[in-house]
Amino acid sequence: MKGDAIICFDGVTKRYGKVLAVDNVSLEVREGEFFALLGPSGCGKTTLLRMLAGFEVPSEGRILIDGQDVTAVPPNRRPVNMVFQNYAVFPHMSVADNVGYGLKVDGVGAAERAARVAEALALVKLDNFGDRRPDQLSGGQRQRVALARALVKRPRVLLLDEPLSALDAKLREAMRTELCQLQAKVGITFVMVTHDQDEALALADRCAVMQRGLLQQVASPSDLYEFPASRFVADFIGSVNLLEGRLVVDEPDHAEIAVAGIAEPLFLDHGVTGAAGTSLWVALRPEKIELHKYDPASPAPPHPGDAPPGRNVVAGTIRHVAYLGSESLYEVELGDGQRLKALRSNLTRWDQEDFALGEAVWLAWHACSPAVLLT
Amino acid sequence: MGTPSGPLDYLARWPLRLWLAGVGLFLYAPLLILIVFSFNDSRRTTAWRGFTTRWYASLFEDGELLAAFGNSLVIALVSTLIALAVGTATALLLWRFRFAGKAALEAVLGLPIVVPEIALGVAFLVFFTAVVPWPAELPWPLNLGAIILAHATFSFSFVALVVRARLASFDMALIEAARDLGAGEWLILRDIILPHLVPGLVAGALLAFTLSLDDFVITFFTSGPDTITFPVKVYAMVRFSVTPAVNAASTLLILLTALLTALALWLQGADLGKEAA
Repeated sequence: MKGDAIICFDGVTKRYGKVLAVDNVSLEVREGEFFALLGPSGCGKTTLLRMLAGFEVPSEGRILIDGQDVTAVPPNRRPVNMVFQNYAVFPHMSVADNVGYGLKVDGVGAAERAARVAEALALVKLDNFGDRRPDQLSGGQRQRVALARALVKRPRVLLLDEPLSALDAKLREAMRTELCQLQAKVGITFVMVTHDQDEALALADRCAVMQRGLLQQVASPSDLYEFPASRFVADFIGSVNLLEGRLVVDEPDHAEIAVAGIAEPLFLDHGVTGAAGTSLWVALRPEKIELHKYDPASPAPPHPGDAPPGRNVVAGTIRHVAYLGSESLYEVELGDGQRLKALRSNLTRWDQEDFALGEAVWLAWHACSPAVLLT
Repeated sequence: MGTPSGPLDYLARWPLRLWLAGVGLFLYAPLLILIVFSFNDSRRTTAWRGFTTRWYASLFEDGELLAAFGNSLVIALVSTLIALAVGTATALLLWRFRFAGKAALEAVLGLPIVVPEIALGVAFLVFFTAVVPWPAELPWPLNLGAIILAHATFSFSFVALVVRARLASFDMALIEAARDLGAGEWLILRDIILPHLVPGLVAGALLAFTLSLDDFVITFFTSGPDTITFPVKVYAMVRFSVTPAVNAASTLLILLTALLTALALWLQGADLGKEAA
């Protein structure tokens, strides 16, 4: 059934000698979802995927697929297939032979095999490529062969190891959309490993963020971005301003956090459930900070909507501008020398000229914008 | 003249051309003279008396020489097959598995190549007379067994080294991909690893074949009166009298060896070109 758990990692640990690659990970992947394992290199995400494929055996814990313990089942007997990072297309076989290899090994008859190979090639838009040799294909086409080769076996789960990392930027974007459509079409559960947060956010239904072998957070892309569970996740997913502060007011409907360098405590529109005086961090995304003109003649702070007047504003000076085309990134230095990043969309063709390097500005944000992090 | 030569266009400079010509002359002039005099219409090899192909014709009437040539071919073929099987297995063993004594095996693998041939020859002589006497009265071609084993012993090292070099360029992900698609060890070996090895196998086989075909020293120590090979027979002919027939026989041997070597080089080169593309 769609939505039920199809894969279950139960307290899985993997050690290489004394190195702990995966540390007691328990995780469920649901039937039919596009799941991403995300993290910096060396975080254990690839080891986790390889244990799922059967290439590595956990030091501790169990792995279940469809409720069956596959911990000790070799890769060739698991109902999963993998798309390898560099595709691992067999160089001495034609495209059709590559795609049909898994069926041939399974003893599928020639006629049925040919039909299923043709169907799989059509699925990845490689019709009429069956007779080509792999060295006559581009990188993107080779990846399609790898996809077709794995999908033709109709696996319960398709594993993808950094599927887009070897493609150039334009192709990568096109393949993202196509992977999504492909997954919707075949309805197979996809588990993807990536170090690219954009890729994970754009493709996945849910993501698991890992760091040093530990599972940090499992959530939908928007929850990861807007409600990160830790400073690591906030910082790893997207860009963020992290402010260390102290909880001064904590009511059910609002909280106030004192931050060094900002005169009035930050105002939040929700409670934090922590003792007064608790030290914590506030994560503020650059695009959630507004830039306002600062008039030295009458320095009245702007009013950012849902916060009380005079709250969630701070004055500073623009020290760096990065023009990115669709938006501009401003680095603003506050009175005490700390810098905040603010991102501003260039809505018209002239917006990037509104603020200049060295200009004094107000920074302001809504009471619902900051995310509070306890760790 | 007129086109300026680049820094690496050494051959455009005359001293280097001269040097190259000198080296070529030094290396190949004796062979050329040997070949030229195989067409000499005289019993003596030293003076040119006109062109003839009668020495080649006489070779094909010499029953002993033909028998020796047949022996050589059988020995080369069988020892190559043995060397191919053992050498490939050794290369795969060293590449795929970790085991006690691996470093030692790797070190002694090249031994038959570096040990002086005369020492190997004596070793085989002792081995086949004192330790495992090979019955000389066996029917042909079984009586060639001792020579075949001796040849396989030194040529398998060459096969193992060539195949091992080829394995170094193998992408291990291909094995995982095949296993992921359901293949077991034997299917992986047959469908994925061996096709990759083909150029190495062909090159190794040609190498082993050529080495066996023109080996003299080791064969000399292991052959008996009924198991004469082509090079040993040529040596016997020289001792009897140096006629242009010896030249003709040598020319044929050179041609055959050169052809096989060229084929081996071409196969390896074609393969390298493909990898670079």
